[in-house]
Amino acid sequence: MAKVSVRFFARYAELAGCDSSAVTVSTPATVSDVIARVREVFPGTAAMPTRPLAALNRRQVKLDTSVTEGDEVALLPPLSGG
Amino acid sequence: MMMHLTRHRIEVADLLTEVQGPERGGTSVFLGTVRNDADITGIDYSAYEAMALEEIGRILADALERWPEARVTLQHRLGLIPAGEASIAIAAAAPHREQAFAACRYTIEEVKKRLPVWKKELRGDGSEQWVEAHDHR
Repeated sequence: MAKVSVRFFARYAELAGCDSSAVTVSTPATVSDVIARVREVFPGTAAMPTRPLAALNRRQVKLDTSVTEGDEVALLPPLSGG
Repeated sequence: MMMHLTRHRIEVADLLTEVQGPERGGTSVFLGTVRNDADITGIDYSAYEAMALEEIGRILADALERWPEARVTLQHRLGLIPAGEASIAIAAAAPHREQAFAACRYTIEEVKKRLPVWKKELRGDGSEQWVEAHDHR
């Protein structure tokens, strides 16, 4: 098992009802597995798209990227900077 | 040293100071300004600040790799920005104008694609709405 910290931003923080938390997933695990666990723990996040943008340790990654104990997964609504 | 994220009005002169020099004959500046579309009175910008700062560093490094003789900097404003004020400024200086324009254009396009920043539009009737126009999925 791996404990992964999770951060929510903008509209996703409203859906989750918090800015940050942590979930535990069975290893080996990917970002997708973390998101699946998040949907169980935070029912409001069911309204997120099936494949949301995600960052692992502050870099955007594909959802099949592996995660390990202590990693941080950030769920990012569609970017709208500038 | 430029503060790449700020909660204050952007001062373009500060960016120019950062990039200009006698060997760089062309300077290009891009300003993105909050429009007053559809009764919008302002936009509340938020960011994943730690990641945004790292990503800005990567974008500027990428620009330097492409145009080694250029100097490029940017500042993104966060918080509530009233219509008519700038949310982002980019300055690129290079020996010749082609490189300055290209580096400036490259930087704003990468910001749009890569920076973890979000906007919530505030309207005159008191309503608010997250902007999700740039959905890459």
